[in-house]
Amino acid sequence: MDVKHIAKLANLTLSADEEKKFSSQFTDTLKTIAKINELDTSKVEPTYQVSNLHNVTRPDKIQPDRILPLETVMASAIGTHNGYFVVPAIFHEN
Amino acid sequence: MVILWSRLSSMKTDLYRLDIAQARNKLLKKEISAPELVRSCLERIHQLNPKLNAFTYINDSAIKQSEHIDSSLPLAGIPIALKDNILSAGLPATASSLVLENYISQYDSTVAKKLKDAGAIIIGKTNMDAWAHGSSTETSDFGPTLNPHNTDYLPGGSSGGSAAAVCADMCIAAIGTETAGSIRQPASWCGITGFKPTYGRVSRYGIIAMASSTDSPGPMTKNVSDAALLLQIIAGNDSQDATSSPSDAPDYSKDINSKISGLRIGLAKDYLLPGMSGQVISLIRNAAADFEKLGASVEEISLMDPQYSIGVYTILQRSEVSSNLARYDGIRFGKGRDSFAEEAKRRIMLGTYALSAGYYDQFYRKAQQVRTLIVKDFEKAFKNVDLIIGPTSPGTALPVGASKNQPMFGEMEDVLAEPSSIAGLPGVSVPCGFIKGLPVGLQIISSAFNEKKILQAAYAYQSITNWHKTKPQL
Amino acid sequence: MKKNWQPVIGFEIHVELSTNSKMFCGCPADHFSKAPNTQVCPVCLGLPGALPVPNAVAIESCVKLGLALGCNINTSSKFDRKNYFYPDLSKGYQISQYDQPFCYKGKVSLPSGKVVRITRVHMEEDTAKLQHGELDGQKVSFIDFNRSGVPLVEIVTEPDFDNARDAIDFLKEIQVIVRLLKISTADMEKGSMRLEANISMRQEGETALPGYKVEIKNVNSFRFINKAMEYEIQRQTKELESGKTPAQETRGFDENKGITFSQRLKELAHDYRYFPEPDIPPIELDTKLINDWKNKLPELPEALRKQLVSRGVSQIKALTISSDALRIEMYNKLIQNHYDVNKAADLIINCPSDLLNDLNKIIDWDKTRQSKQVDLKTIDELVNRALKENPKVVSDYKSGKTQAISSLIGSIRRQSGNIDAQVLKEVLERGIKNL
Repeated sequence: MDVKHIAKLANLTLSADEEKKFSSQFTDTLKTIAKINELDTSKVEPTYQVSNLHNVTRPDKIQPDRILPLETVMASAIGTHNGYFVVPAIFHEN
Repeated sequence: MVILWSRLSSMKTDLYRLDIAQARNKLLKKEISAPELVRSCLERIHQLNPKLNAFTYINDSAIKQSEHIDSSLPLAGIPIALKDNILSAGLPATASSLVLENYISQYDSTVAKKLKDAGAIIIGKTNMDAWAHGSSTETSDFGPTLNPHNTDYLPGGSSGGSAAAVCADMCIAAIGTETAGSIRQPASWCGITGFKPTYGRVSRYGIIAMASSTDSPGPMTKNVSDAALLLQIIAGNDSQDATSSPSDAPDYSKDINSKISGLRIGLAKDYLLPGMSGQVISLIRNAAADFEKLGASVEEISLMDPQYSIGVYTILQRSEVSSNLARYDGIRFGKGRDSFAEEAKRRIMLGTYALSAGYYDQFYRKAQQVRTLIVKDFEKAFKNVDLIIGPTSPGTALPVGASKNQPMFGEMEDVLAEPSSIAGLPGVSVPCGFIKGLPVGLQIISSAFNEKKILQAAYAYQSITNWHKTKPQL
Repeated sequence: MKKNWQPVIGFEIHVELSTNSKMFCGCPADHFSKAPNTQVCPVCLGLPGALPVPNAVAIESCVKLGLALGCNINTSSKFDRKNYFYPDLSKGYQISQYDQPFCYKGKVSLPSGKVVRITRVHMEEDTAKLQHGELDGQKVSFIDFNRSGVPLVEIVTEPDFDNARDAIDFLKEIQVIVRLLKISTADMEKGSMRLEANISMRQEGETALPGYKVEIKNVNSFRFINKAMEYEIQRQTKELESGKTPAQETRGFDENKGITFSQRLKELAHDYRYFPEPDIPPIELDTKLINDWKNKLPELPEALRKQLVSRGVSQIKALTISSDALRIEMYNKLIQNHYDVNKAADLIINCPSDLLNDLNKIIDWDKTRQSKQVDLKTIDELVNRALKENPKVVSDYKSGKTQAISSLIGSIRRQSGNIDAQVLKEVLERGIKNL
């Protein structure tokens, strides 16, 4: 596993120690996981959900009692300003 | 008169020992008041929590909240603890992680709302493995919870706080969540009743997600009758959870004491693991004999090797976790991603890898294919038996420190619960004996939505055994 | 030997649906000009424990659009998670569709006869609005989640365009169809229809796709996307002719300078790690239901054009009518009111545009003009007076803003009944020239 690349995808910062430690732990874990390759699943459909449900939708109605008051929305954020969430600028776009 | 009064007083201070039915009875008869009951539990919590660390948050306003409860409500005045991944508006929800150390729930989970609507008093939030990633409660960012039966030992996890709280009578009952073993295994290690309902039986709305395709909230109680009572309140369809079952919940308490003669029980011989202690196996076989005494038939059955479930569960859970924890970026709430502890980071990394380009088919898709095999394996088994029994856990509680540096600790300890969790099936763990003072759990599994059958069998078992009444000396 | 370079253009179009509520929660979908973060709930804000439940009308709208674009409909479909991190993405993943979109393999026929292949039409949710600014001397981004979770339909075309003209015709056709279906305002300026163009060049006669493509984003009008394409075609041709391959990148369009510019995006690891959305059960669409929706589709522009021409209406008139959703709607209403095809067509084309949204007003206008026939001398008089009374219009027209005279056309016709718009336009233009 390319630990650096995966960490980037996962938006995590790992210390050099963590990178080393994880690398060896992942090798062991992957070995354990590999046991499932013993099973022939060539003709088996995957089960993504066990609920056996389908077509669960909601009507196109506004639910005003679920809208959160602005105070509640902002209550847990570190950076807010005039009703906006604030983050340091992204330099990706102009 | 004086003697009578002191007997009454001492009875009143032991109110925390009551179960739900007993407490409701006394409340309705006005023998006790809700504030008295709540106070009794709160005092117990304050007394024991410094040592046991079962609670991450103690709701000292609970007494006041219990003052004007409508006593006709089914859970009126009953102090219930919620695992700290269950949101209750205005109360902290940390998932035992530093990321959410200061997070106050901004809305109610459906489970919390239903309990509160039924008059229950949320007495506190319980400790857990951070993000539910574990089977020891040792990976909590706020210190481990200790096993009330022996504080050198762990309570199991991830609902270890809830299990310890119920075991030590710090609350009358609690709610936990199970992704693969997290209700049943700590119930087993702490000697209480832990019920994991069918996936979709109880709404997941407002439960901090771990593995979306298996997460199930469920009751953790002193006995089976209480489990039925709590399940009744929290079960049911929720329009806010698209995976919740559209079917109505039946009356779980009705006929719970029915005779189980004729019930066909399969003892999963593949769950009697090589290397498992002979004493554990012996206790399980005793339980099988008890069921035969009750008129059920017990035969050994063969199931798929539970070792395969480890791979399936590891991949499935870590993949879904890596996505479910992506919202914790510190912008709208909580702290940034640097506050994730090691176990969380490890799981996110592995999950990201398993889903990444070029690996999806080999890992995630393959795991879901094996999942199909596990589902079919149970379907086949349930053609011949009504219930499956076996040990809940490979052994009794492990000592504090056992989970350190064991990246696969959880998966190994939960191996016997993983198959049924992956298949979305319901299961309960009830105590079936003790080894060196530590409880052993028996699990009973049924096919989907047959919670009633499990409850009847478990109730019958508890009617002829006293394991569930053996409490730690605290 | 000089090689002839030919454009290879494809589009990704996002249509913001005008449903009442958002895609996966009950918050209002209409977020235009609302105070920031006042239309959010645990679901669209991505709070711990929140779960999505799909909007049935949004799904229906997506399928209807797919049907209108000639697509096949997947009877078994699902949602998938598209995982990436960005501050405007509250859950750290977008619920979208990956390998089982609602609609696939469609086609749209343009008036020129060109057939454009539609790769897919699928459902997803919008992100929050990110605004760059400054706070306390620091460069920051302000985030408003009112838009987070609004339903989006994404249309992806094959790279079938080899010129900008067809591309613009196509985009306009899409806009008309969407509006006809009444599923979105499809307003480019307001952002309810957003475009991404993929442009590359290959040698004439070559059929293989070029080894690179340039993505043009954030252009919010047909005029500007047209200019962007023309500029880009030129820019890429120049590079290719000098032996270089244009860089694979995303470019924006500078309206003032009329050029595209590189957005120098950092090399993002675009591994979205798609997997089926575990929180939403799959969607199984009944064939009967799909056919029902198909049969209930309004008459689409291409079919209308064919019908009009077959009944003797000129190509130009047919095009004019079919290029605007409101005109089509009103034309159909006139037909329902027993007007004959040619009369209805004529009426729709000549009627003043501000009367178009009211059937009764159109009919009244028709009745009025029939009772008044205006001669050329009167027209001259009316025009001269209008030009005298509106010097600004004259100066605007002379400085290049030729649309300025449309207000005069409108007012003259309102005053004086039946004057053919085209005739009036010519007289006005002549009049201005002579001033």
